[in-house]
Formats: sequence, C-alpha cells, structure tokens
Amino acid sequence: MDELRELYQQVILDHNKNPKNFGKLESANRTAEGYNPLCGDRIDLYLQVDDGVIKDISFQGSGCAISKSSASVMTTVLKGKSTAEAEQLFKKFQKLITSEHGAEPDLKEIGKLAIFCGVREFPLRVKCAGLAWHTMLAALKNEPIPVSTE
Amino acid sequence: MITFDVERIRQEFPILRQKVRGKPLVYLDSAATSQKPQVVIDALSHYYQAENANVHRGVYYLSELATNAYEGTRVKIKDALNANSIKEIVFVRGTTEGINLVASSYGRKNVKEGDEIIISAMEHHSNIVPWQMLCEETGAKLRVIPINDDGELIVEEFEKLLNKKTKLVAIVHTSNSLGTINPIKRLVDIAHDHNVPVLVDGAQALPHGQIDVKKLGCDFFVFSSHKVFGPTGVGVLYAKEALLEKMPPYQGGGDMIKSVTFEKTLYNDLPHRFEAGTPNIAGVIGLGKALDYVAGIGYEKIAAYEHELLNYATAALSTIKPLRIIGTAREKAAVISFVIEGIHPHDVGTILDRDGIAVRTGHHCTQPVMERFKVPATSRASFAFYNTKAEADLLVKGIHSVIKLMN
Repeated sequence: MDELRELYQQVILDHNKNPKNFGKLESANRTAEGYNPLCGDRIDLYLQVDDGVIKDISFQGSGCAISKSSASVMTTVLKGKSTAEAEQLFKKFQKLITSEHGAEPDLKEIGKLAIFCGVREFPLRVKCAGLAWHTMLAALKNEPIPVSTE
Repeated sequence: MITFDVERIRQEFPILRQKVRGKPLVYLDSAATSQKPQVVIDALSHYYQAENANVHRGVYYLSELATNAYEGTRVKIKDALNANSIKEIVFVRGTTEGINLVASSYGRKNVKEGDEIIISAMEHHSNIVPWQMLCEETGAKLRVIPINDDGELIVEEFEKLLNKKTKLVAIVHTSNSLGTINPIKRLVDIAHDHNVPVLVDGAQALPHGQIDVKKLGCDFFVFSSHKVFGPTGVGVLYAKEALLEKMPPYQGGGDMIKSVTFEKTLYNDLPHRFEAGTPNIAGVIGLGKALDYVAGIGYEKIAAYEHELLNYATAALSTIKPLRIIGTAREKAAVISFVIEGIHPHDVGTILDRDGIAVRTGHHCTQPVMERFKVPATSRASFAFYNTKAEADLLVKGIHSVIKLMN
C-alpha cells in the first residue's frame, strides 16, 4: 500500500479531479495530439509560443489519474519557460520516472515534478506519466502525426 | 445444487498456487488467456523429451510418434466440434490467423467490388480488420449490425442488412468485452435463407461451453488453444469441406504440396493444403490434452458453475454504488466489464494488482464497443471454472480500496 500511496499522492489526485489549464487554447500556435493505443489515453496539447517562450499552454483529453495529473502539472510548470528550458525539463522528468529505486531525485532541479517519483516503481505506468511530455515535444517541433508512448 | 469441487480443480493449475506481491494470485483475466492445467504442461515437456520429430516426413519411429500425436489431435478436435471429417479441421496460429485465412483465401476469391460483408458492433479487432483489409483491396463494403444498450445484437437490423450483395457474415459467438452470447444458430439460419455463408469467431465460446458445428450450422468456426486451457500459438479453423475444397491456398511452402517442379506445383489434399510449413506440433498436442481435460470435467458442469459464479459476482459488484456494469445481455458468459465513476480503469488495474488481483483494463481490442458505450476503456473481470466466489469477494473488497484510495 505504501507504494500506492506514493504513486497516488494527494496532489496528484487533486490535479486529476481539478486539472489546471484544462480546455482549448484559442491563441495556440503549436498543437499536438498524444495517444496511447493500449490504454486509450488521449491528450490534445495547445501551446502559444512567442519568441521562443511558452506564453500560454493548455490541454484537453481523457486518461488515467497519472496521465491527466502529469499533463496538468506540466502545464503549470512550463508556462513562462523558454522552449529550451522545456526540453531540458522533459529530459529531467524522463529521468525521474525511469530512475532506479532508491535514487534520490534532485528536488532543486525538478521542483514540484517530484510528486511523480512514485511512478518509477510502476514500470507499466511510465508511459502514462510521459504522454503529456512527449506530446509537448511534438508540439514544439510541430509534428503532424499523433505521438504515442507505446 | 451443483457439485463442483473447485478446490481440487485449482490444485491442477500450478500457477494458481503462487503468490503475487505477497498476496495469493486472484486471476480474473481468463478471457485474455486461460491458465494451463498440469496435464497440458506435462504434455508439452513429454513431447519435447520423448517424441520430438517433424511430422508427415520421416519414415522413422519418432516421426511416426509425432505424426500420430499430431494427427490424433485432429481427430479429437473433429469429434469435439462434431465436424464431418478431419478434412474440415485446419491448424492455424490462433483465431486471428484463422479469420485472416478465410478473408484472404475465401474472401479474395468470392468477394468483388460492390459486394458486402456483414460483421457486428461487438467484434474483436481481429474480426474487423481482416475484413476491412479485404474491402479495401476489392472495393467491397463492410456493414455493421448494431447492438442495444444491454450489449445484445439487434437481430431485426441484421435481417435488414442482408441483401443480394452480401457475400459473408462474420460474427462473434461470445463477446470478449461484454460477455454477450449471440444467438448463432438463429443468425446462421437467417443468413442461409439468403444463401450467405457465416464465419463464427469462437475464441470466447469454447472456454465456456461445448460447440457443435452441425447444430450451429455455421460454415466457418475459429478458435484459439490458449483460451481453452491449451498452449499459445495454435488454433483451429473449422470449415465445411465443400467450401474449403474450392478455396485457393493461403500460404505456400512445404507440407501443403503433393509435388513441386518449376513448371507446376500440385497442391496437397485437405486439410494439409492449408498448413504450409512445420506446424506447432507441441502446441497442437497440448491443445488436444486441454480439450480432453475440459471434457473430463464436463462442459455442462462447467457452464453451470460459471453461470453461478457470474450471477454471484454480478450481484456483489452491483452493490458498489459508483460502479456500472457494461454489458448486461440476458445470455452472457462469465465476463464482467465495468467502469467506476471518476476513476480510470488503468488506476483500478494498478491498485487491484497490488492486492494480487489480475483484471484486464483498456479497450479489450474492441474500440468500437467502447465508443458505442461512450467510455474510453473498462476494467474487465473474466472468470473460468477455476475461479471461486471467494475471489469475487476479494475483487469487491479490492474495488472498495480503489475507491477509498482515489478519493
């Protein structure tokens, strides 16, 4: 049960129930669609990028608590960041959710993303947590094909 | 009162004795694949230890043993399905390959531009995609029989879909995601009134009851070994001899020929014409043992016990307020799909897993069914005769913990 509590931390459950930046962003100039065929998790990501900075960001879709809260937290973290910073955070987040058991995350580097450290104990759920981030990268590159973390 | 010694049966399935994450395994995913009794596991190792040789080839002792075991299973399956002849029993890799064989061989020969193929709204992807591929290639059209809110086929709509252009009906016997058992005989009779042959996807049928292809009257019947307590990688296509005889080969290679020269190849007789290459000999032998095992318990006893389990589990799950069962057909196999308000099936699956409970979560390879019921996915508990009421209780308890944890 402890691992489950760590996975489903209260903050994650809150984001799942009341996601931030949820809905379509009319001012978006970058969008991408993410889809996990196995789970049926779906996300549409909207970004407004001006001068290399993410001015605004939102998402829509359906999925499990992990994928939804990950998308929600991601939008709050990325708003105001440069695209280069977003790419760096993507790498750090990937490292966090796939790191070995016992490896302590560098809290300064990842801030509130640390709530997802429980995911690494659930290898089958890494794809759920990563979906929004992969979709974000695709949106920055303006890739037309839906991304998948399968 | 049913006398069914489930505890003794459980002893015959070694995997059920193990613990998962420190908890006794509660395996409720038999619709995905069934567990294997010791006799089947032993048959596989015995074959490799004492009988392994290629079939239909050698003139030596071991090859004779292997051929007899392999062909002996074909006779067994002919009898089990009540087919007319062993010529009608083709070994394939599984249900999926069986359907693909019919789509590619029968389909390409008989289906032309403007023709129609009828399937239902509750088909597994494996009984949708091969027909879509055929339609794309030939210019034929796929028509779909709708289902009602209980997940039952609307037979009147089926009758309306049949017409002169219909070339084949491909229909699932028992739905893997809804549990619905379709009135196959009635559907076959209706189709035959229009001179349309019927393929039955029997993947989920055989694990829950006996199949008599003569009684059903179907033209093709396909099933997988691994869902009927046998090994993976093998399945059976039953096809009426008259149809099979006129079908072009599916794959070319060894074993499916009588003679080969660069000018002309003579194809082998039925059923070998459809079995190119070295088959899954061990798998076929294992399937034979599995069917013996099931017949030994008795199909009627199994059906009665599973029906009792289904009713018990359905009633127990129905007491959970935010839970909704998807698929409430009157005729139903022991498969219960459900959604819990506000909680995604994947979270349900992960949390139940920590209690040692294995359920399937997702779209179950039936995305159109999910769309029909407007859910992205479901959780599914599917029962076999080795499951118990106590396990249904554990599932209910597990779901209560899910709801508690997620709120």
